[in-house]
Amino acid sequence: MESSNWFAYVRDNFDLILEATIAHARIVLIVIALATVFSLLLGVLVSRRPVLRAIALTVAGILLTIPSLALFALFIPLVGIGNRPAMIALFLYAILPILRNTVTGLDSVSPAVVESAKGMGMNPRQQLLRVRLPLAWPVIMAGVRISSLLVVGIAAIAVLVGGDGLGSFIQAGLTRRGLPNAANSVFVGVVFTVLLGLVLDMVFATVQRFTTSRGLRI
Amino acid sequence: MSSEARIHLERVGKTYPGTKVPAVEDLTLDVYDGEILVLVGPSGCGKSTTLRLINRMIEPSGGRILLDGEDVTHGSPDKLRRRIGYVIQQIGLFPHQTIAQNIATLPKMLGWEKARITARVDELMTTVGLDPEQYRDRYPKELSGGQAQRVGVARALGVDPDIMLMDEPFGAIDPITRDRLQNEFLRLQGELRKSIVFVTHDIDEAIKMGDRIAILGERSKIRQIDTPERILAYPVDDFVNDFIGTGSTIKGLNFLKVSSLTLTHYPRMTTDEDPQKGIARLQESGSDWLVLVDDQHRPLRWLSEDDLSGAEVDSEEGGEALGEFLESDNTLFQALEQMVQSAAAASIVVNATGAFEGVVQMEHLAKAVRRAQMEARLHYEELEATNT
Repeated sequence: MESSNWFAYVRDNFDLILEATIAHARIVLIVIALATVFSLLLGVLVSRRPVLRAIALTVAGILLTIPSLALFALFIPLVGIGNRPAMIALFLYAILPILRNTVTGLDSVSPAVVESAKGMGMNPRQQLLRVRLPLAWPVIMAGVRISSLLVVGIAAIAVLVGGDGLGSFIQAGLTRRGLPNAANSVFVGVVFTVLLGLVLDMVFATVQRFTTSRGLRI
Repeated sequence: MSSEARIHLERVGKTYPGTKVPAVEDLTLDVYDGEILVLVGPSGCGKSTTLRLINRMIEPSGGRILLDGEDVTHGSPDKLRRRIGYVIQQIGLFPHQTIAQNIATLPKMLGWEKARITARVDELMTTVGLDPEQYRDRYPKELSGGQAQRVGVARALGVDPDIMLMDEPFGAIDPITRDRLQNEFLRLQGELRKSIVFVTHDIDEAIKMGDRIAILGERSKIRQIDTPERILAYPVDDFVNDFIGTGSTIKGLNFLKVSSLTLTHYPRMTTDEDPQKGIARLQESGSDWLVLVDDQHRPLRWLSEDDLSGAEVDSEEGGEALGEFLESDNTLFQALEQMVQSAAAASIVVNATGAFEGVVQMEHLAKAVRRAQMEARLHYEELEATNT
């Protein structure tokens, strides 16, 4: 395969590639947004309840061990084929890194800081919103970034249950193995998935930088 | 008495669930208006626990807590804590906020308007010795330990609480800065006259900072609670004595003044007098040394019989140096400091114009100490009598 060949292929099919990339990105962003909200709430809830915490973290961890295609297929009877079963499964995968980092982040807040917040008369809600979450935020964002990279990669399989995304290029290439442009198709799928991951990570990194207090940056 | 107390702890106790021995047992304690009461004792005696019972950071297992006569044992702990300034050893500044934001925490929580908050923050920063222009927008990570604790104190003073709780506030700070912060805090307290409970494990800090000291034993039992002078003059039992440690009598000299002494006559000689006169006075009084003074009776040197027998008396180099002079408001500790360096084992006292008044010697110190001990013992005997 010649690289000039590949670039020509990209140029020729650019609208399709762009469409697939946007569809892929849309899946990832929706899933990450929902997973972040859910994991944050759950993390806050279990952070001071050791038993619940252990259960939540274990369950989230077990979900990640379920093979992705199987988990995707599991939801087909419930919601049909297409993006939906994929997104539910991706949501379940995305929980663990964010949940674990929320819990760890809240744990790592200096006890002296919490003590002085409490000693000044902040109730638990005020302590959480004004002190503990802002201080845990960098660690939580790191979890969000890990989850998003995870989801970008696994979302490529969505196509196998009828979903959109860059996986379609990979699948097309694999099923038409040997035919012209098959390899190019696979490489498009791979390269653009990676590029999407990098771009998303950069976006999140920028968000993290702008939402983190200057006092916390090393 | 308890009606005057700003803080009244009545038979307060704390037993942690699952333990048999209480951390704090049946403690009754008063803190009066405008005083610093220091809780001091060995590690594990429960002094920090006692402090944190007052603002219910630890909930009491029994007993009552009254603030200005009001029972605050039940009810909202958050509301209680907003009335009390709280300063801890590790300081606990919010790292994600600027110094100004940290200090503004309480005023903001109570809904003050912006202009009033800004003014208050600047005022507090100046009070604790931090230039607002320079430090307002800095972050805690940029500050030294001493600066950070200044901010900690400023933050605790946010809405001008009448009561402050301080848990080893200067414990994590180097000795030189600690000394300076202690002095500044005492000066501040002189102006603000808050009612403060101050916890420390350092008896010297307790003596320095406290208007009264409570020496706590196991389970926060009060072994002795009194002014530093009286405790040093009259430790009631071995526990207190051991805790104060050696040198306690000498430390007690800090509380006695030169003005309380009757200075005895000491041989002296003016520069224009004949050395033979000086020798005669020495032999008469039996002293080894006399004080050479100038025409205005200002002391110059110690002179011995040998110095006087020489060809000429040199008023600059002859004999021995006198050391620093004491005046009537100097302490006997300062007198001792000079005495041990002096060739004549005595320290020089001068009056307001600098003229020689007399010397302080060991006998004076011993007499003053014994008098203080007797006064303290009489005080305790009276107390016993009125209690029985």
